[in-house]
Amino acid sequence: MPDFETVIGLEVHVELATASKLFCGCPTKFGAPPNTHVCPVCLGLPGVLPVLNRQALEWSVMTGIALGCAISPRFKFDRKHYYYPDLPKNFQISQYDIPFALNGHLDLPSGRKVGITRVHLEEDAGKLIHEGAAGQIGGGTAALVDYNRTGIPLMEIVSEPDIRQPAEAAEYLKEIQKIVRYLRVSDGNMDEGSLRCDANISLRVMGETKLGAKVEIKNMNSFRGVERALEHEVIRQRELLLAGKVPAMETRLFDEESGETRSMRGKEQAHDYRYFPEPDLTPFTMSPERLEEIRKRIPELPAERLKKFQDAPFSLSEYDAQVLTADQKVGDYFEKVVANKASPKLASNWITTEFLALLKDSTLDALVAKVSPEEMAKMIILIENGTISGKIAKTVFPEMVKTGKTAEAIVKEQGLTQIADEGSLRTEVEKIVAANPKSIADYKAGKQQALGFLIGQVMKATQGKANPGIANKLVKEILEKL
Amino acid sequence: MPDPSGLSIHEAASLLGGGKISSEELTRSVFSRIKKHEPKIHAYLALTEAGALAQARESDQRRASGKTRGPLDGIPLGIKDNMCTLGTETTCASKILKGWIPPYDATVVRKLREAGAVFTGKLNLDEFAMGSSTENSAFGVTHNPWDLSRVPGGSSGGSAAAVSADLCLGALGSDTGGSIRQPAALCGVVGLKPTYGRVSRYGLVAFASSLDQIGPLAKDVEDAAIILEAIEGFDEKDSTSVKQPGNPVRPALGRGVKGMKFGVAKEWLAEGLDPEVRASFDTARQTLEKLGASFVEVSMPRQEFGLPVYYLIAPAEASSNLARYDGVRYGLRETGANIIEMYKKTRNAGFGPEVKRRIILGTFVLSAGYYDAYYLSALKARTILRKDYETALAQCDFLLSPATPTPAFKIGEKSGDPLQMYLSDIYTVSVNLAGLPGMVLPGGFSKGGLPIGIQLIGPAFREDVLFQAASALEKELGLAGKKPPLEGAGA
Repeated sequence: MPDFETVIGLEVHVELATASKLFCGCPTKFGAPPNTHVCPVCLGLPGVLPVLNRQALEWSVMTGIALGCAISPRFKFDRKHYYYPDLPKNFQISQYDIPFALNGHLDLPSGRKVGITRVHLEEDAGKLIHEGAAGQIGGGTAALVDYNRTGIPLMEIVSEPDIRQPAEAAEYLKEIQKIVRYLRVSDGNMDEGSLRCDANISLRVMGETKLGAKVEIKNMNSFRGVERALEHEVIRQRELLLAGKVPAMETRLFDEESGETRSMRGKEQAHDYRYFPEPDLTPFTMSPERLEEIRKRIPELPAERLKKFQDAPFSLSEYDAQVLTADQKVGDYFEKVVANKASPKLASNWITTEFLALLKDSTLDALVAKVSPEEMAKMIILIENGTISGKIAKTVFPEMVKTGKTAEAIVKEQGLTQIADEGSLRTEVEKIVAANPKSIADYKAGKQQALGFLIGQVMKATQGKANPGIANKLVKEILEKL
Repeated sequence: MPDPSGLSIHEAASLLGGGKISSEELTRSVFSRIKKHEPKIHAYLALTEAGALAQARESDQRRASGKTRGPLDGIPLGIKDNMCTLGTETTCASKILKGWIPPYDATVVRKLREAGAVFTGKLNLDEFAMGSSTENSAFGVTHNPWDLSRVPGGSSGGSAAAVSADLCLGALGSDTGGSIRQPAALCGVVGLKPTYGRVSRYGLVAFASSLDQIGPLAKDVEDAAIILEAIEGFDEKDSTSVKQPGNPVRPALGRGVKGMKFGVAKEWLAEGLDPEVRASFDTARQTLEKLGASFVEVSMPRQEFGLPVYYLIAPAEASSNLARYDGVRYGLRETGANIIEMYKKTRNAGFGPEVKRRIILGTFVLSAGYYDAYYLSALKARTILRKDYETALAQCDFLLSPATPTPAFKIGEKSGDPLQMYLSDIYTVSVNLAGLPGMVLPGGFSKGGLPIGIQLIGPAFREDVLFQAASALEKELGLAGKKPPLEGAGA
C-alpha cells in the first residue's frame, strides 16, 4: 500500500480592527442592528468612489513585515468581479498581482517552517440572512442582506503548501491569531468571523514532488473545525486514491454537524474574476522612510518573546514560556511582575496556575485591576523571604482578587505570618511528637511516611503558618534524639 | 429689456449685481422659455421648477442682505442626469435607474449649490453617457436646436441643446471620449473637458472611471471659466482628484495670443474631413495668425489607435462599473425564479442595446485568456498615445484641431451603424486617453446653417492658457451669442 503525504496551504482572512471601513468612514463595530453601519460608498451606490483607509494600509504592511515578507515599494488595488447579493458593486476591491507583501515565512512552535506567499488587503462583503427553511439557500423563502460588514478591511494571508498535517494547520492558524493580536491589528476572533480560513489540500505519494489536484475547503469556523475538516478530507482523498481514483479539483464546504465536507462547485464552474486595476485608486508608493517608521512600531512578537522567556534571566521551561506568550497581555503582566523584583520562576508558577485559573470566571483586565503586577510581585516576595509559605499564599491570593487588598494587609489582618523561629516552634513540635507514639515507632521501624504525617500535624496545629523547612528539621531532630 | 433667458452668465450676473433683475425673474424667464421650446427639443429628463424658484428667492434674499456668493449666485443651471442630485431623481437616461433618488449630492452639485446656483432640472444624455447623439437615451432623443431633424450630439446632448436654446444659462456635462466637446460643437456652444483630476468625479455615475471628467457647457468662454472655477478643486472623496489643479482661469481671459505657438497635427487633416469643417478650421487658424500667433506642423503618428484603444478601455471599465445594477438594492427589478434569473431579466430589461453592446465587449476583453491581448495591449497603446501628445506639446503651446468630422447629422442617420457613430468622436477620444484638457468653441457655420466647432488641446492643468487663447479666438470670430432659429420652428 503506498504511503501518502498530505499537502496543505491556508488562506487566512483577518478583519482589521480599524475604527472605520476600508474605503469609507463607516464604523466597523460588530453586532450593530442590520444596515446601520452603511453609507453611499460601502453600499456601492451609483457615483461613489473609494478612498483608502491609511490605517488599514499601515497595519497590513506591519503584518507583512512581522511575517518576514518583502514589502512592495509600489502597489495597487484591483477589482475582482463576481455576482453575489452581499457584494454591492458586484466586484470586490482587492489586490491581484502587486500585493503589499510577498515571500515571508512563519516558524511554528512544533518546528515546521511555513512559507508565506503574500499578504494583501481587500474589502469584506455583507452577510445574507435566510428566511424560511433553516440555513439553506435552496429551501429558504427569502434572503435578506446586512451590509454592515461590507467594506470592513480584510487582510488575506496566503501560505505556501508547506503544511503537512491537519494539526499543523490549526497550529499555523493559532500562530497567525497570536501575531495579529500582538500587533493589535485585529481581535482575531474566529467566532465573530474576524479570523477566517480556507484550506487547499491534496495528497501525493510519499517522495513525489509534484502537487496533486487541490481541493479547496471552505466554511471552517474554529481551530477545531479546521482540524476536523482536514482530517476528514485526508481520509476521503486517501480512500479515493487507494481505490485508484483521482480526487476532483473542486471547492468543498465543511459541515460542522456531520464533520464532513461536501462538494460546492467543480473546476468547470470556477469563476473568471476578470481582475483589472481599480481605476478609482491610483497606485500607491511606500518610501523606505515610511517603511522604516512602520517597522519601528512593531512590538516584540510571540516567537521572540518565547525565546526570551527561555533565556536568562527568565530561564523558564518551554512549556511555561508558551503559556505566558499565548496572550500578549499575560506576557506583559509576567514581565511587570518580574520587573518588580519577583523571581521569574515563582512569578511564572503563580501566573500560569493560580492566576490564569481565575480566567474561567473573569477577564484578564478585571484580574489585573484587582491584582496589579506590583502587588503580585510583593506577594511573591513575601513567599521568597519566608514571611508566608506557598500554602498560605494560596489563601492570600484569592483574598487579594476578591477584595483588591494587598497581600501584606491580608497577612497582617489575619496573622498569617510564617513561624520561622525555631524556639517558638520547638515546644509545639515536641508536644505533637509526644502525642503520637505510633508514629515514633513507625519512624524507628524505618517508615519515612511517619515523618510526613508528623510534619502535617505541625502544619495543622499552626494553621499552616509553620515554616515547612524548619518544621521538617525540628521533627527529624526530635525523633532522632528519642 | 430682451428676454433674460438669452443672457450669458456674466451678463446676468452683472444685471443681478446692479439690481436690474432678480434671480426669480431670471428663473421665471428661463422656465417660460422652457415651456415654449422644450417640447420640440426634449433637452430635459426632469424639470425642478418649484425647487428652482425657491433657490432663486433665497438668492435674492442673500443679495438683499449683502451676502451674495459670487458670479453664480442666482444663475439657472442645468445638470446632466448622470450626476447625483440629493432628492432629485437621477436616471442616467436608463430604465434600470428609473425612479432612483440619490441620498447625496455629487461634489460638483454641492459646490454649485454652495455657489448659490439655481437648478433648472436634469438634462438628457445617451444612456449611461454611452453614445454621440442622445439617441441612446431610454427616454427619447434630444433635438438639435439649429435643426430639429438633427442630433445635438452626445452624450451630453441635453446639456448642449439646453444651453444653445437658452433653456438654462449654463450646464454641466461629462466627457469620457468627447461627450462634452462633440455636442458643444454640434450645438454651437462652448464646452470644456478639464484635465483628468481637476474636477471631482464623486457623484458622477461612472461610465469609464479613468476617462470620465465633468466640465461646463456654456454660452461663451467666460461663462465656461466661471463654471469651471466653481466646480474644480481637490476633493477628499475622489482619490483621483489632484491637490494643485493649476492656475485660476478667469484672470487669463482677454490676454491675447500674441507670441503663442499652435501645433497642427497633419494626421488630423487627412481625407475624410468634411470640407466645410476644414474651411472653418482654416479660418480659425488664419484668425489666430492675424492675432500674432504662430503655427507649427506636428505629427501624431499613433492617432489612428485612439478609437480602438478607447473602445477597449472604456467598455472594460464600463462592464465593471455597471455590474452593480442588478435589481438587488435599487432601481429596476424584474422577478425571476432564482437570483440568477432575476439578474438576467433585470439587466436585459433595464439596459438599452448600446449599453449591452459595451458591457459584452468589456466583459470579453477582461476575460481570462483575452486580457493580455486586448486590455493590457490597450493600456500600453494608451501610454504610447500619451507620449505622442507629450512630444507634440513640447513643440507648441496648444494643438488646434477640428472638433468633429462633420456638423450635426440627421436623427437615425447613424444609429444603426455603431462604427460610423464611434467615428464622430475621432478628434476627441484620444484627449481623454491622454488625460489632457480640451476645449471646443464655435468656429463657424455650414452653408446649411449648422454650427461647426474648433478644438483646442493644451498641456495638463494649463486650462488657464487654453482659456486665454479661446477668449481671443472667440472675440475675433464674433460668433458668441448667435442663437438658433427656434422661433416658429416646429417639432
